[in-house]
Amino acid sequence: MQYEFQIEGGNFSGAGESTSVIKKTLKQLGIDSTIIKRVVIALFEAEINVVAHAYNGKMIVEIFEDQIKMIVEDNGPGIENIELAMQEGYSTASEKVREMGFGAGMGLPNIKKNTDVLNIQSTPGVGTKLEMIVYI
Amino acid sequence: MKLKEIIEKLNLIVIVEANSDREISDAYASDLLSDVMGNAREGQIWITMQTHKNLGAIASLKDLPAIIIIGNNIPSSDLIDYAKENSIAILSTNSTCYQTCGRLWNLLKNNDIQS
Repeated sequence: MQYEFQIEGGNFSGAGESTSVIKKTLKQLGIDSTIIKRVVIALFEAEINVVAHAYNGKMIVEIFEDQIKMIVEDNGPGIENIELAMQEGYSTASEKVREMGFGAGMGLPNIKKNTDVLNIQSTPGVGTKLEMIVYI
Repeated sequence: MKLKEIIEKLNLIVIVEANSDREISDAYASDLLSDVMGNAREGQIWITMQTHKNLGAIASLKDLPAIIIIGNNIPSSDLIDYAKENSIAILSTNSTCYQTCGRLWNLLKNNDIQS
């Protein structure tokens, strides 16, 4: 099963909707709640990253018997230094985003903690692609 | 303890009523949304000074039945709408975060708080 959602940069109001659809779907499929919790954290953080940093993006979620594969890809500024971005507390988020309680530099570390596989490809000035897998 | 008892004992203002009969045994206090996303657990009350709509999405994704907004901060109207649609209680108090956490801790301390 494959699901695809568009994510609009800067649209905080709609943030979390795609993740919510996937959560409901996984619940209906009877997937273990521990797995659902991990997927929800990873997807929401990836979605927020696109909203907070990029111009637009998309989320593709494929559900297999043994794994959930998630791709979140955006057109945006990209990540200059991925190693630095993976460090807890490091963030390039704007003041406005931080005032909302986002931009604490915990997004990518949260994703890393809750996925079994995380690949980040990014080209500064072009965009970022996250590939994430959670094994069922 | 039921949510409605907590509301009464902490003298909380009910902005969106939901989950009044839900048993509550624990809470999580944070204004950093990724912290809540990563570390809050299902069934906890969320104590925060944030007021915007994304709180609703997080509470719903994390199965948090209620949000207490501290320090007389006013929830945004789109958060209120979201909470009504998704059955999340929105409560408010003029107490500080410290006072609210302290009072709630006293109420719930005999319960088996998980951490």
